Amino acid sequence: MSSQAHDHVHLPDAGDTSPGYYEIMETAIRELLIDKKVFDAGEIRQMLEVMDTRTPALGSRIVARAWVDPAFRARLLANGRAAVEELGIDFFENTQLIVLENTDKVHNVVVCTLCSCYPREILGLPPDWYKLKPYRARTVKEPRAVLAEFGTVIPDDVEIRVSDSTSMIRYLVLPQRPESTQDFTEEQLAALVTRDAMIGVVRASAPAKEKFR
Amino acid sequence: MADAAGRGLEPLAHVVTTEGAEPLFQTGDAVKVAMRFPVGHYRVPTYIRGKRARVEAVIVPAAINNEDEGFGRNAGIKRHYYRIAIPMRELWPQYPGPEDDGLRIEVFETWLERS
Repeated sequence: MSSQAHDHVHLPDAGDTSPGYYEIMETAIRELLIDKKVFDAGEIRQMLEVMDTRTPALGSRIVARAWVDPAFRARLLANGRAAVEELGIDFFENTQLIVLENTDKVHNVVVCTLCSCYPREILGLPPDWYKLKPYRARTVKEPRAVLAEFGTVIPDDVEIRVSDSTSMIRYLVLPQRPESTQDFTEEQLAALVTRDAMIGVVRASAPAKEKFR
Repeated sequence: MADAAGRGLEPLAHVVTTEGAEPLFQTGDAVKVAMRFPVGHYRVPTYIRGKRARVEAVIVPAAINNEDEGFGRNAGIKRHYYRIAIPMRELWPQYPGPEDDGLRIEVFETWLERS
């Protein structure tokens, strides 16, 4: 960083640079599909609006509900999509959802080696690292090392199951409910469930004990 | 089969189903991912090709082959995906972690062979 008063980096304004190859291709295909009346511009805008409302907060509510309601938990593990739809959260097209239950003996983690398949309906857009090649290539080969880099050390007597999300199925990890949360409300529990815990790279944990103060 | 409320319906007897309507493999079956390398984009990562696996679950309902869909053929006979389990040691003989560690992935029926 320079010593000037200007102490932050400016990103270029969107639109300042000329469009790249794939941007031009996307524009051309979109305009063609609109011309052919496959869909209209309003439908694209509406889909963007839908996507913008889909965030990890939805996944957190699903997990918290499963922690407090054993019957819902059982339905969620039996048919993820149907149980999520009970909460009024709809899915795009034919996507199926498998919910992976973490236990004392099994830790699940999700990756998409081919691209960035992700349960966008309930978690929104994936984080950048999920889409980058190091995470995608290494998680199926050395999951314990990757998890350790996220600060998650899995004991050797806990089986690791890596789910590679490459076709029509999406996955949600159901983390273990942290200890000492028996008095928490469903809403307080939801606040403990992070995006990363639902991908499986960390555990859900009780509120931090201010260890960095 | 189940209705909208999730209640199971008793299937009718003596119905001849279309090819692919019944899953070819069942939970617990030993399978092997086909070792082939067709030109084009296939949703079977190369690192699992030729590897031995166990069927953990049949994915229902049956689905159109998404690799055909990718080439614009959006109709025809449906087949099943299978969630298969492959030990890390089978994928990576030098895998340093515990023997139980494994991979789960969904593979379309046309890519699986009996093992």
